[in-house]
Amino acid sequence: MTIPFFDRRNMNFVLYEMLGAEQLTSYDYYREHSRETFDAIIEVAEQIAREHFHSHNVKADKNEPVMIDGRVTIIPEVKEAIGHFTEAGFLASHHREDLGGIQLPWVVNQACFSIFQAANISTVAYPFLTIAAANVIEAFGSEEQKARYLPPMLDGRCFGTMALTEPQAGSSLADITTTAVPTPEGHYLLRGNKMFISGGEHELSENIVHLVLARIVGAPPGVKGISLFLVPRYQVNPDGSLGEHNDVAVSGLLHKMGYRGTVSTALNFGENNRCVSYLIGEPHKGLTYMFHMMNEARIGVGMGAAMLGYAGYLYSLDYARTRPQGRLPSNKDPQARPVMLVEHTDVRRMLLQQKAYVEGAYALGLYAAWLVDQHKYAPDEQIRKNCGLLLDILTPIVKAWPSEYGLKANYQAIQILGGYGYTREYPVEQYYRDNRLNPIHEGTNGIQAIDLLGRKVTMFDGAAFKRLLAAITETIEQAKSEPVLKEWTGQLDQALTTVETATAALLETLGQEGIETYLANASLYLEMTGHLVLAWIWLRQASVACRRMESASGSDQKFYRGKLQACRYFFHWELPKVHYQSQILRNMDRTCLDMQDDWF
Amino acid sequence: MKIIVCVKQVPDAKDVKLDPVTNTLAREGVESIMNPYDQHALEAAVALKETCGGEVIVLSMGPPQAEEVLRLALSCGADRAVLVSDRSFAGADTWATSYTLSRAVKKIGDYDLIICGKQAIDGDTAQVGPGLAMRLGIPYATCIQKIRNADDSAIVVERMMDEGYDVLQSGYPVLFTVVKDINHPRVPSLKGKMKAKKAEITRFSAADIDADPSCIGLSGSPTQVVKVFPPEPRGERAIFSGTVDEQVELLVEKIKPYLV
Ligand SMILES: Cc1cc2nc3c(=O)[nH]c(=O)nc-3n(C[C@H](O)[C@H](O)[C@H](O)COP(=O)(O)OP(=O)(O)OC[C@H]3O[C@@H](n4cnc5c(N)ncnc54)[C@H](O)[C@@H]3O)c2cc1C
Repeated sequence: MTIPFFDRRNMNFVLYEMLGAEQLTSYDYYREHSRETFDAIIEVAEQIAREHFHSHNVKADKNEPVMIDGRVTIIPEVKEAIGHFTEAGFLASHHREDLGGIQLPWVVNQACFSIFQAANISTVAYPFLTIAAANVIEAFGSEEQKARYLPPMLDGRCFGTMALTEPQAGSSLADITTTAVPTPEGHYLLRGNKMFISGGEHELSENIVHLVLARIVGAPPGVKGISLFLVPRYQVNPDGSLGEHNDVAVSGLLHKMGYRGTVSTALNFGENNRCVSYLIGEPHKGLTYMFHMMNEARIGVGMGAAMLGYAGYLYSLDYARTRPQGRLPSNKDPQARPVMLVEHTDVRRMLLQQKAYVEGAYALGLYAAWLVDQHKYAPDEQIRKNCGLLLDILTPIVKAWPSEYGLKANYQAIQILGGYGYTREYPVEQYYRDNRLNPIHEGTNGIQAIDLLGRKVTMFDGAAFKRLLAAITETIEQAKSEPVLKEWTGQLDQALTTVETATAALLETLGQEGIETYLANASLYLEMTGHLVLAWIWLRQASVACRRMESASGSDQKFYRGKLQACRYFFHWELPKVHYQSQILRNMDRTCLDMQDDWF
Repeated sequence: MKIIVCVKQVPDAKDVKLDPVTNTLAREGVESIMNPYDQHALEAAVALKETCGGEVIVLSMGPPQAEEVLRLALSCGADRAVLVSDRSFAGADTWATSYTLSRAVKKIGDYDLIICGKQAIDGDTAQVGPGLAMRLGIPYATCIQKIRNADDSAIVVERMMDEGYDVLQSGYPVLFTVVKDINHPRVPSLKGKMKAKKAEITRFSAADIDADPSCIGLSGSPTQVVKVFPPEPRGERAIFSGTVDEQVELLVEKIKPYLV
């Protein structure tokens, strides 16, 4: 028997019952679609993920990419799986028809991708990087760059990378030193070292396009002097054929805790001073271009974290249902048959905790993807604007909360399997190792916290923050009249006020004591606001469950009851945390700020 | 090249049950799939079209729901689909089925190649392919494991034998039935799914194909199933496949419930 690694019932719940994704088909851009096409496409994703991605998840973990005779060697299953992904059309699915896409809503795309993430996060990283790089070229590349590079990136002949990080500059991209020298021919020669570049070298595709952040010689210091360059591994001739090998060399592979199937490289650009590269867009706007794409990339990271948490939850649930151990405290008969683990309340606590985290994070991720669609294509300008604001403020939370709590879910999955969970014979330890990356990459969670409090809360005079509070209030108002939800609407309302008060107090500090004090406890602020947002998402799920419960059949009844119970767990066990967190924040606690290096 | 592929909608073998009262297959609540051998037939046809050009038409005789497998075939690369459906076809055995299909093929007309699966997994007779060729008066070969090459005038294939294989060459038109070794059927593409959803499926009734009423359905079927019954249970047996580790894991799963 195979143990499921994702839950289609819950996907349908979030996609259709909570978000009403079918309604997107009334937008002109999505008019060719219907619930039937969405379902048919999700089925294709499910089939490929099950048959071709999940099947080598463990093997890829045990056989990380290696250098043999200067070539990166990866187990063949990876290429084969990506071939199926590509042939089905997932690389291009969200693009316009004239680019070979099917104009699939991003939320449905993300739902499909979530299945791949649960099946095999490290193999699907290659196409995801390619999709992100192609999005950047499509948005900011010249017509000529688009014509030359997009077609092979959308049909899988060419993969993409994002090369931002340098050995001395990770979180602080302002300090990158890779330089670009203009040539009379119009291109640039690049020189510098990049670190941790995922998919930086391999033979899974004919060519690789690196999107590299660098400074044009003489550029102003800091982030305002960073430009974005397109660097092909092999030059591409005007007719599309491949030319000379570019001056990009792998200086080493990194050996990681998880995500082992994704090759991580240190790359040297321009060792021989002939690394031909092409400026994307205007000079010095590189970071803006990259950040433009960050919303979607960060939603992807949050979803990945949720899915790894989810896969661990489903595995530990199955285990808890089939592993007999011990007897209930009330049963003193040593001869009595042992009960299954799931009978023990403490095991159910660990299951509920996982369910509350992963189903909450999953719904949040798809909601954010739905906002992307609304922001781009809703006919009503006000809706587009509001959804854009919500997306802005939620992005750091959508990235950081699931990566923090998805990991905590994986911790509990291991705990449920006991000693077995700690061995490599069971998949839960791999999920944990894989998931440990998510708080680190795409901007560490610490950087997300600074982004949230330092930028997003105050942006447009606090308009995004206010929009978020208003959206939460709307849900509270709608749910109030439902007796089952009354208690929770009251609690969410209180939490909302708590967060609002803490934010106001912080903003006051900003005026009086400056940014250092204001940002001192930013991570705690993200955690608090994250919990508020998750409670809101849970109340939305519970409202749907309540509405549907009455007319639901047997298995659906249980499904909705499960939703209500997980919501209760979140409100009783998690949401109260915002009150003490808020207190620390309101007190402007200086413990960490005042700690001195030489006191450690 | 104009290729016709015959496909059948069958109950998923995983959950086939017999109705204990009527002793017929209980189709209620059983998932329907495209007969697995036909998936290979379709893949062979689409691959051939991709190298030689032409058109792939999928043909199915069945109830209106059989449209589902035709749409699946369209999403996997078939160009158009024909459903032969009429209440009067109900109860057909292989004799009547091959007659009905032959009428539909004639109506489609002008074909070069017909590809069928070796057999359907519900009836397991392996008779319809050869029967259809006989009705049409064209040559056929069964159990094809490979298409070596094909051009405008001839096609060369390998026929699986107990030991080794035969290499056969034929002109057109010709009918082949294929085994699973011939290829790996592709996963449908997203564009294919979109196209299939919107595609018009041609419907032929008994009148459309000018079928002789005495040759179709129950009345055209000389075979009568006297009794269908499940074999006597022989105690549970299980055969595991996979790597040794996987087999051990499966075995442990299996015996776990008995350990306490
Ligand atoms: C497996 C993997 C894949 C990756 N893939 C890519 C890729 O494809 N492309 C790419 O460009 N990069 C990639 N990265 C790099 C990744 O984005 C960086 O590791 C990350 O941005 C952090 O940078 P760093 O490692 O230099 O850590 P540092 O920046 O040194 O940070 C160390 C710690 O200090 C904290 N910190 C740093 N600055 C501040 C500050 N100003 N205020 C408060 N706290 C701070 C951080 O939050 C963190 O906890 C990858 C990394 C890994 C591990």
